[in-house]
Amino acid sequence: MSENGHGFGRVPRKEDARFIRGQGNYVDDIKLPGMLYGAILRSPHAHARLVAVDTSAAEAHPQVRAVITGETLAGLDLAWMPTLSGDVQAVLATDKVRFQGQEVAFVVADSHYAARDALELIDVDYEALPPVIDARTALDDDAPLIRDDLEGRTDNHIFDWEAGDASATDQVFDEAEVVVAQDVLYPRVHPAPLETCGIVADMDKVTGKLTVHTTTQAPHAHRTVYALVAGLPEHKIRVVSPDIGGGFGNKVGIYPGYVCAIVGSIVTGRPVKWMEDRSENLMTTSFARDYHMRGEIAATRDGRVRGLRVKVLADHGAFNGTAQPTKFPAGFFHVFTGSYDIEAAHCAVTGVYTNKAPGGVAYACSFRITEAAYLVERMMDMLAAELGVDPAELRLRNLLRSEQFPYSTATGWEYDSGDYPRTLRKAMDIAGYDKLRAEQADRRANGGPLMGIGISFFTEAVGAGPRKHMDILGLGMADGAELRVHPTGKAVLRISVQTQGQGHETTFAQIVAHELGIPVDDVEVVHGDTDQTPFGLGTYGSRSTPVSGAATAVVARKVRERARIVAGAMLEAAPEDLEWTPGRWVVRGDPTSGATMQEIAMAAHGSLELPEGVEGHLDATTVYNPPNLTYPFGAYIAVVDVDPGTGKVTVRRFIAVDDCGVRINPMIVEGQVHGGLADGVGMALMQVMAFDEDGNHLGASFMDYLLPTSMECPSWELGETVTPSPHHPLGAKGVGESATVGSPAAIVNAVVDALNPYGVRHADMLLTPANVWRVIQGRPFRTDLAIP
Amino acid sequence: MPRIRVEVDGATYEDDVEPRLLLVHYLRERLGKVGTPVGCDTSNCGACTVLMDGMSVKSCSVLAVQADGRDVTTVEGLGVDGTVLQPPPTTNQATSSARQHPLQTAFHEEHALQCGYCTPGMIMASLDLLRENPDPSEDEVREGLEGNLCRCTGYQNIVKAVRRAASDMREPAGQEVTP
Repeated sequence: MSENGHGFGRVPRKEDARFIRGQGNYVDDIKLPGMLYGAILRSPHAHARLVAVDTSAAEAHPQVRAVITGETLAGLDLAWMPTLSGDVQAVLATDKVRFQGQEVAFVVADSHYAARDALELIDVDYEALPPVIDARTALDDDAPLIRDDLEGRTDNHIFDWEAGDASATDQVFDEAEVVVAQDVLYPRVHPAPLETCGIVADMDKVTGKLTVHTTTQAPHAHRTVYALVAGLPEHKIRVVSPDIGGGFGNKVGIYPGYVCAIVGSIVTGRPVKWMEDRSENLMTTSFARDYHMRGEIAATRDGRVRGLRVKVLADHGAFNGTAQPTKFPAGFFHVFTGSYDIEAAHCAVTGVYTNKAPGGVAYACSFRITEAAYLVERMMDMLAAELGVDPAELRLRNLLRSEQFPYSTATGWEYDSGDYPRTLRKAMDIAGYDKLRAEQADRRANGGPLMGIGISFFTEAVGAGPRKHMDILGLGMADGAELRVHPTGKAVLRISVQTQGQGHETTFAQIVAHELGIPVDDVEVVHGDTDQTPFGLGTYGSRSTPVSGAATAVVARKVRERARIVAGAMLEAAPEDLEWTPGRWVVRGDPTSGATMQEIAMAAHGSLELPEGVEGHLDATTVYNPPNLTYPFGAYIAVVDVDPGTGKVTVRRFIAVDDCGVRINPMIVEGQVHGGLADGVGMALMQVMAFDEDGNHLGASFMDYLLPTSMECPSWELGETVTPSPHHPLGAKGVGESATVGSPAAIVNAVVDALNPYGVRHADMLLTPANVWRVIQGRPFRTDLAIP
Repeated sequence: MPRIRVEVDGATYEDDVEPRLLLVHYLRERLGKVGTPVGCDTSNCGACTVLMDGMSVKSCSVLAVQADGRDVTTVEGLGVDGTVLQPPPTTNQATSSARQHPLQTAFHEEHALQCGYCTPGMIMASLDLLRENPDPSEDEVREGLEGNLCRCTGYQNIVKAVRRAASDMREPAGQEVTP
C-alpha cells in the first residue's frame, strides 16, 4: 500500500479511476433539466465611452431567452462587484469599457450556438478614448484617467506599499564596496488552465436556494462573496466545485461571467451555463506578474551580500482585482531577500491602473513570490558577473546556514527551517557542476556552440496564514476539517480546500491513514461542496498541505484520542496506560492486549459502557489556524544550448532538488514539480501577453500565447532533501508552486550565462529566438509592448 | 438539416445535425459523451482528440457531418484492445487491468495525469501513436504527442506511461489482454 505501511508513500491516486475513463465531472459536463446557455459580448476597444447598446435584434432571436446589459444589472445594483483587493470591477460596462475584451452584454439562449449567434445581433456604439498601455506612463500628468467611476479620483495611482528599513538599507548601500543595479521585467503572462472558467447557475425559485457548480479554487469564499453581493443568505447558497481541469490561480476570484449566469438564472427561472472560450480566458481572466522592477544589490568586494533594494511598478490593469491577503497589496513580495543572510533590505511597490484586464496574483505565484525569487536570483547572478565569481560559489558564500533557523529576515519573515548549502550541493552533484563548467570553458576556448548554466536557489513562503495577519476580504485564513469514522472503520474526511489536480483525494486520505492506521482506500475525502464541507479558504498559495493538511492531522489525532478512551473501556485499562502502535491502542507492556481502530470504531457505536461524559461514536472537527507559514526551498540548475545564428534556446537539462519537509506522497510531489518546471520553460522562453499601442491584446489565443509542449520540455532530473517544518503537525511544507517560482530564474540565468561571450549581463523574459538574437546584437527592446 | 449515421464507441447513432455542429459538441451535447473535453478554440490543445476510423483527430476541428458513416472512438469506448466498448466502472477499478486499456493502466501507475483534463485526448493520441509505432523512443513519443498540451504534468510521466504501455502491449502480461 505504501512505503512505510501506514499512509505516507507512493500511493497511486484514487482520482485516476474516473479521469482515465472520461468519467470525471467538470463544470461543462453538467447538464440540468431546462438548462440555458449564456455568452458574453465583449469590447473590441481598450478604452471607450459606451454611448448606446441596442439589444433589440438579439432579443428578437427565436432562441434567445434574455439579454442582460449593464443597465439591467444597474437596476439590481449588480453592475459592479467588489474585488479581492477592495476595489470594484464592472460586471457589465455601464459607463466606459476599460480593457479589450471587457464584458458588455450577456445573452441567454437555448443553445450555446444560438447564444453566440445572438451576440452578433447586438449593436454597440462606442466613443474611443486614448488608452494607457505602458505602465511606465500611467502616472504621467497627461495620462488618460481610467477610473473616473471612483469618486474624487484624478490619476491612475492605486497604492504605494513598502517593507523593510529604508534608512538602514540606504546606509548599507552608501557604505557598500560594490553595487549592481538592473531594471528587471517580469512580463505579463497567464496561467491558462486547460479547462477555462465556467459556471452552471441554478436558482430554485421554489426553495429560494441558489446552487452554482463552478470552477472555483475557493468555494466557501465564493459563497460568502455571493452572499455579500447578491444579498442572499449563505444557507440559501450552495457552491459546488466539481472536478476542476487545472486552476493555477486562475480560478480564485469571481468573474463577471459567474455573476451574469446567476442573474440569468434568476431572470429566466432556469439553470444557466456559462463556459468561456480560450480567447476569453486569456484576454479577461486573471493574468499573472507584470512587475517592472528596479533591483539593486550591495556587497563587499569579496562577495558578501549586504543589502537589497527594490522599486516595483506594478501593472494591475483597469480594476484592482489582485487576489491576496487584505493587508498585503503586493502579496508576499517582501520575501525578496530570498535565501541569503542580508543585513538590510527595502522594497517599495507602486500599483497603477492601465487599460488591461485585472489580475496579477495567479499562476502558482504564492502571492508574488515568483517575482521576488526571480528578482533576487537575477541580481545574484549579476553580482557574480560583476565580481567575477562563480554564481554557485557566490550563493554558497551567502546562503543561510542551518543553525540560523528560525531566521528573521530584514523584511520581517520568520523562516521556519532550512539546510540550504546541503541542498545546493546535492543539485550540483546531480548536475556534475564542475564538469559542466569545464565543458563550457572548453567550448568557449575552442569556439564551440553556446552553452549556459543557470542556478536558482529559492525560498518559498506558503501556507497563508495566521489569521491575525492574513485574511481574504476579512475572512481569516484558517481551514476546518471534519472526520467521521463509521462503525466498520471506514472514514469520511471533509475538508475546505479544493483540488484542481494536486491529488488531495489521495494525499489527505494518506494523512488520515497515517494517523489512524487504517488503509488509504478506507478513507473518502469530500471537498468542494459548501453544503458538505467545513468552512475554509480554498486551495492556492500552496496552502493545502500547510493549513488543511495540518487540520487533517489534528482532527485525526482528536479521533485517535477519543479512540483511546473507548479502547480503555474495551480493554478495562486506564487510557493513560495505553500506547499507540500503528492502527492499534495497546496496553503498555502487554502487546497482546489491544484494540484495532476498526474494533474501536465498532465498539464506539455499540453497547459498550463508556466513561462519564464520553458520547460515543468516533468523530471530530477542528479549525487550524497556522502559527506561521512554511518555507520550502530548492536548488535548481538549468543547462541550455543557444544557437547564436537563430537565437534558439534549448533546455538540455534541468536539475531540481526540492525540500518541502516531510513528503506525504513523493510521487505526487514529483508530479507537482514536473508541472511547475514546465511553467518555468514556458515563462522564460515562450509566454507573454503583450499589447500594441491601441491596447489590442496580442497573444490572446494558443496560436501565439505559446505553452510548452512535450518537445520543449527536457526530461527533468529531480532530487530531494528533507528538512521538516518544526511547527507543522506532520513536518510537511507546501510545495506545489515551488517549481514555478524557482525555475524561470534558472533558465534566464542559464541563457544570460550562455551569452556571456557577447558581454550580456541581463535579458528580460521571454527569451524567444528573436529576442535572444536581438540581445546578442546589443539592441535594447521591451518584451511586453509591441511598440517599436 | 443533414442526417448522419455514425458509430460511436460501438453503438450506432442516427441524428439530424446542423451542418456547422462540431463533432466535439455532437459527442458532448447530443450523445452525452462528456469524457472528451474542449481546451481551446484554435485547434492547438488536443484535449478533444478522438479516433475516427482509427486515426486521431481533434474533434473540435471536425464537423459532425464529416463523421457521417465513420467509426468514432472516444476515451469512454476504450477497452482492452483499444476499440472494444467495456461497461463503465461502478467503483474504484483503476487497478483492475482487465477492464481497461494498457494505456489507461500505465497513465494511472506512472502518475501521468493530475487534473485529468488533457488525459482523454492524450490517451487517444497515444493510441494512434502506438498504432503507427509500437516501440517508440522517448523522442518519438514526445514528437508524437506534440499536438496535445498538458498544463499539470510537465509531460515526463506521460512519456513514461506511453512507453510502458507500448511495452505492455507488445508483450501482454495476462491472457485477457490479447492484441
